[in-house]
Amino acid sequence: MYRTALRNVLAHKARLLMTILAVLLGTAFVAGTLVFTDTLGSALKSQNAKSYTDIAVTVSDPDSARSIYGSGSTSSDGAALTEDVRRRIAALPGTADARGVVSGFAGIADQHGKLIGDGFSTTGTNYVPGPDGKDARYPLVEGRGPSGPGEVVLDSRTAGKGGFKVGDTVRVAVNGPVMQLKLTGIVHTNDPRVSAGGSLAAFDTATAQSLYLSPGRFSQVDVKSRPGTDDNALLTQVKATLPGGDFGAETGRQLADEQDRMIAEATKGMSQVLLAFAGISLFVGIFIIANTFTMLVAQRTKELALLRAVGASRKQITRSVLAEAVLIGGIASAAGLLAGTGIAAGLQWLMTSVMDTGLPDGPLVIAPATVLTAVATGVLVTVAAAWLPARRASRISPVAAMSSGDQPATQKSLLLRNSVGGVLALLGLGALAAGSASKSSGLLAAGAAVVLLGIFVLTPLLSRPLIGLFTPLLRRLYGTPGKLARENALRNPRRTAATASALTIGVTLITGLTVIGASVNQAVDKASATDVSADYTVAMANFSPLAPEVATQIAKTPGVTASSVERTVSVKVGDDTRWLTGVNADSIGSLVTLTAREGSVDALKQGQLLVSQDYAAREGMKLGDTLAVTYPDGSAGRLTVGGVLAKDGGTTGLIAPDALIAPHSKPAGSPAGATAGLDKVLVKAANGPTGQLRQALTDATGGNPLITVKDQQDIRDESRQMITAVLNIMYGLLGMSVVVAVLGVVNTMAMSVFERRREIGMLRAIGLDRRGVRQTVRLESLLISLLGGVLGIGLGILIAWAAGGLMRSSLPGLTLVVPPLQVLGFLFGAALIGLLAALWPARRAARLDILDSIKAA
Amino acid sequence: MSITATAVHAAAAGATGLSKVYGEGETRVVALDQVSVEFRRGEFTAIMGPSGSGKSTLMHCMAGLDTATAGSTRIGGTELVGLADKALTRLRRDHIGFVFQAFNLLPTLNALENITLPMDIAGRKVDQAWLDRVVDTVGLSGRLTHRPSQLSGGQQQRVACARALAGKPDIVFADEPTGNLDSRSGGEILSFLRNSVRELGQTVVMVTHDPVAASYADRVIFLADGRLVDELTMPTADSVLDRMRRFDAKGRTS
Repeated sequence: MYRTALRNVLAHKARLLMTILAVLLGTAFVAGTLVFTDTLGSALKSQNAKSYTDIAVTVSDPDSARSIYGSGSTSSDGAALTEDVRRRIAALPGTADARGVVSGFAGIADQHGKLIGDGFSTTGTNYVPGPDGKDARYPLVEGRGPSGPGEVVLDSRTAGKGGFKVGDTVRVAVNGPVMQLKLTGIVHTNDPRVSAGGSLAAFDTATAQSLYLSPGRFSQVDVKSRPGTDDNALLTQVKATLPGGDFGAETGRQLADEQDRMIAEATKGMSQVLLAFAGISLFVGIFIIANTFTMLVAQRTKELALLRAVGASRKQITRSVLAEAVLIGGIASAAGLLAGTGIAAGLQWLMTSVMDTGLPDGPLVIAPATVLTAVATGVLVTVAAAWLPARRASRISPVAAMSSGDQPATQKSLLLRNSVGGVLALLGLGALAAGSASKSSGLLAAGAAVVLLGIFVLTPLLSRPLIGLFTPLLRRLYGTPGKLARENALRNPRRTAATASALTIGVTLITGLTVIGASVNQAVDKASATDVSADYTVAMANFSPLAPEVATQIAKTPGVTASSVERTVSVKVGDDTRWLTGVNADSIGSLVTLTAREGSVDALKQGQLLVSQDYAAREGMKLGDTLAVTYPDGSAGRLTVGGVLAKDGGTTGLIAPDALIAPHSKPAGSPAGATAGLDKVLVKAANGPTGQLRQALTDATGGNPLITVKDQQDIRDESRQMITAVLNIMYGLLGMSVVVAVLGVVNTMAMSVFERRREIGMLRAIGLDRRGVRQTVRLESLLISLLGGVLGIGLGILIAWAAGGLMRSSLPGLTLVVPPLQVLGFLFGAALIGLLAALWPARRAARLDILDSIKAA
Repeated sequence: MSITATAVHAAAAGATGLSKVYGEGETRVVALDQVSVEFRRGEFTAIMGPSGSGKSTLMHCMAGLDTATAGSTRIGGTELVGLADKALTRLRRDHIGFVFQAFNLLPTLNALENITLPMDIAGRKVDQAWLDRVVDTVGLSGRLTHRPSQLSGGQQQRVACARALAGKPDIVFADEPTGNLDSRSGGEILSFLRNSVRELGQTVVMVTHDPVAASYADRVIFLADGRLVDELTMPTADSVLDRMRRFDAKGRTS
């Protein structure tokens, strides 16, 4: 029996080509994902290992990180990594060297004042000269290290981008006005943040400390051990040296391991996302494989019946068909594995050599698990998809060998299938309605999933009316070929449905994403139009806090009629931490729409709190409640809720008058008058947003390249760009499943042409010309694809609607927006796919020899 | 001059020096060897001959389904040799009717749609009076909305005959039209083909190996080894059988 299977695969090479391609693409996606993420992970790890080779133990001060990156919340235990602590660590017997490190953000402006690199990886640190006056961590390419507050060194990449030479003046900013520093040297660095598109600026230690921390304080101390010292022993010694406090002390090994784990997690996350899309492609492939085997079995009815007649058992027939599936799955997966490895290699080359992503290069990693996963997935998917057709094959009665077998065996009734589909669709719709009424996200999600399933099951039933939709047009335009195409598309509803469904999956997801994107865009536009009346928003590009002085500068800028800070301050209420947003009580009303549902917005001016309705409901607060709070500086205060804000406002959470909370926003011991950094500054202009005012605001910030001045349009555009970027990636990933679906249409059409060659021969004999034959095939393919497209668009909108329901809590004002042009575009795309997929089958059909075809069995 | 003109006019189809050769070298097979034949208008002709005599090839070449190696074939006044595929297709569509052994109906269309298919393809209007007459003659009036799968073999072949005749072709070619039918259904089809000649004035050429079927024809021509060897007018089953026996005898002795 297995020999028959092998012979069959060999005999039907051409007919199996599309199936093999479908499995191949799916497994290539899987293998490509695994190989690429493994390779990337291993390259990152080896780079990571290199950056920790010199560090035996590292001690870090979490407070310092918070004061730089966070928003003024510190544990305020007073302990710090001071020069004194560093010296004590350096004096330990096992220590060769203890390096005090200061780190933070530093934006470098290019010649036009624009930021070099992306805002999140602009690194600032201290240059630590060794005994030879040079810092071994940052080897000098040219010039010398910085000394004194007016000097800086840059990494060679950034210097190159900015066109800076040693001796030039460089504009550098931390979180306040820009500084003009002299570039004394250019250094080399392997810091992954820098190679991934950031920048590095190194100051001398005292300057870095005053910029980022306070004099004499470090964010971190890196300890180098003497030869022969055990890292763990050194760690114990170091820990004993540390003053009491919340310090993190780890060996370099532990740190590297930790990093490795984070890298592994990141690459795993990436691989899971990609595998999900690969899964979609494979799922689409299942429809094609099942279709192919169903058609192959139908075409071979006589042959299989003959095998039964000469004594093959049912089991043997099933096994022989499944053996074919294993063979096809195996061949396709092996090819897919190769193709996937090739894709991964190409992708790596593209990312490391062509695009400037700064990802490290490394050898291609093809793990045994990858090989196993790819091949097993391919074979399992193929066998699973062939299971039902194989069972059906075993039920062919031996008598069928004797019948003339003019047509494939008669269709099984669709009654059961339609009933199941109908029940599923109704259940799903019910759940959707209930979920929508009760605002239950679980019900909505489940309902959408069940409706989706129901529609897939019902597609054969739906094919008739939906294809009927396009028929009058076809008949008008194409006459007999149009009519024949319709009849052919409808003659085997299961096959048509399976072929269309493969396309439906991709179109559903693409439409769903597009509709969600459009809806979010509109909600953002609406929110920015109605909720925010500020003309400009000033903030840091990397969302780190803005220097408080910026607000003062902006308020003084001519043309600004009103401005308000937004400053987040964490306070303790009992054991809970709550976040207060400080705003200027007098001006906030003209910058953001605030509508009181209870109480009054003016309560803010009386030193009272406003709370948004959602927050109040969630936290059980009501008008008149009084909170006993402890500020970051340790002082206590009582705040009263003076107003509850209506929904759809521009601000959420707890809103407090800034004047009240700012003086207490820094930990105790901070210099007098110092306040925590700002989230942003909102600006209302006398004449609306003008280029002049924008320039004035930029000047007010001292030209700091890290500070952005955005008007409402900028914010809308940014949100749009982000959504567009995400959508484009998704479209790209879903593209594979669409390609597989196209293969499915090609496959079905080619098989149909083969099955109907006698009819085609007869039609040619009685006078249908080649063009007519081609049209018949093309139009059938068009109809099937349009069926898939129409269903996909409908389901996509449904899913987007359900998803919108889930998102409405986090994005109030979200309504369903169906962009008509794009949706029409998808329908047009589906039609195009249909026509393209039919090119080859139609050509084959038109070229069939009339006499051979008529005589064909 | 006038004789030739009349001859051309009287013949619905004809072939002159028609040869068809398959393969080359050692596998070379001569299917038709210099055959010249004419099929007269309003006549029912049967082509007979043993297997491999070239009778189907002759029909296929004359019907524009196959191309001749040498010689010429004509349908009405049109010379087929040298016609491009498009012109041949149009010629078949507008001037030739076909009846195949295995009915060859489209399972997706009902009987009436199958019958009018050639006209639909041509985009021609159906001559309703003629169509009614044809449908009436084949006795399908009650079953026009049935699909082929709902019809018996004999009924399906009657649909095929009606399809061949519905467009009032110059000539109908029938390739073993009773080959897949029992003798009663076969008899009905043959009577119908004869009636279409006698009563509707059609021209029918039928390939068959069944002497009884041939006896329905006005004239029988015999092919052997690709050559036209004999012809009988007003045949009976017995006279055809006699003639066929002589082929067998010759085949055995030579």
